[in-house]
Amino acid sequence: MKRGIVALLLLMLARSGVAGVLPEDRADVLLHSYDGGGVTIQGPSLLVRKQFAQKFSVSANYYVDKVSSASIDVITTASPYKEQRTQKSIGFDYLHDRWTLNLGVISSVENDYSAKTYTFGVSQDVFGDLTTISLGYSLGNNEVRRRGDATFRDTVKMQSYRLGVSQILTKNLLVGLSFETITDEGFLNNPYRQVRYLDSGSPIGYSYEREIYPRTHTSDAASLRLRYYLPWRAAVSAAYRDYHDTWGVKGGTFELGYTHPVDRWTFDGKIRSYSQTKGDFYSDLFPRSRYQNFIARDKELSTFSSQSISLGATYDIMKGGWKFIEKGSLNIVFDHFMFDYQDFRDLRNVAATPGTEPLYNFDADVFEFFASFWF
Amino acid sequence: MPTIRIRRAVTSAAFAALGCCVLSACSVEPWVKPYERDHMADKIMSLDPNPVSSAYIDHVHDAREGSRGATGGAGGGCGCN
Repeated sequence: MKRGIVALLLLMLARSGVAGVLPEDRADVLLHSYDGGGVTIQGPSLLVRKQFAQKFSVSANYYVDKVSSASIDVITTASPYKEQRTQKSIGFDYLHDRWTLNLGVISSVENDYSAKTYTFGVSQDVFGDLTTISLGYSLGNNEVRRRGDATFRDTVKMQSYRLGVSQILTKNLLVGLSFETITDEGFLNNPYRQVRYLDSGSPIGYSYEREIYPRTHTSDAASLRLRYYLPWRAAVSAAYRDYHDTWGVKGGTFELGYTHPVDRWTFDGKIRSYSQTKGDFYSDLFPRSRYQNFIARDKELSTFSSQSISLGATYDIMKGGWKFIEKGSLNIVFDHFMFDYQDFRDLRNVAATPGTEPLYNFDADVFEFFASFWF
Repeated sequence: MPTIRIRRAVTSAAFAALGCCVLSACSVEPWVKPYERDHMADKIMSLDPNPVSSAYIDHVHDAREGSRGATGGAGGGCGCN
């Protein structure tokens, strides 16, 4: 299981919330593939939106992750596994004058985790339609289980508060500001992941025990996005996000992108850099068992950085329309990630003295193929 | 924690200021006229031209990084595993 699965559909639902105009009638069929760090994840995503009565729009999404995991955590403390996660969602938009109201329900099911999330958002155009302001709230009620342990069952309650501003600053410059606070309460760690601690009684010098996390977590994130129209019909973009939370993690994300259309083709390129500090209760190797109240060895809570490059191409099809379809596009996107951990060690070499193993790093490749149709 | 309370107070103030702004700003004269927005209407200027794709890649980031939220749309997450 991975943190943040519900975010995927929250994003899909909320991105439809542009004030003053309903989302386009559109269908997308996407196949995704992730391969990196011993983990492969593949599956489809189908998204359909349709307006009716010129005031309403509904959207539905079906998303699947087929996971095959032999990650560094899994091969050092458990056995490789396969699982499937299925998400379904439905969203509803209502347009009145320059206001847009959106509601959504998301359901996610896997063999050891269930999540149901309700979303609400409102947007309005102001300043002569130069500015779009949006507010959003989400409430999630999740259940965590553990395979092989019928007695374990716990809950997570998630709430998200969002504020977004999109601003046309000049005839060539668009700016987006976004703020979000998320609170979680309940069982917040992975029910399988373990920490390691020095143990002179162990042949390899250390032993494992289960993680213990706080039962509350609050995070604040703010982002700024700029998009500028260049003189030769192309666009350049830049974005920065600042993040911090009550677990001591501070993160920064920087992106630069370029979009260039040529006849029926549109090419996109983007570089992205991310870095973060570790959480307060994270350690790669604790001095002893139950060293402190909260203990974690989740590499997503360690100090690390990642760099990625993204290349995409879109080819417009059906320009004259075909039957009820007005136009379409075929798309391919490739992302290459490089993760470098600064205090998470690779334990595949058990002969090393504990705490001197090489630092872990891995690369990942992500492919997306999708077709889009407007009708 | 005090810093969190301060942040929430700032956020609440921002929301209140935003509400006042929304109520009072509808009559402001737009400085980019409607006939000057052809570049903004070009599909290459969309902040999110393919929601199904951007939501997926945001999810990839979210699952492998400690940071979350404020990705341009909504955000959130089960905050669990």
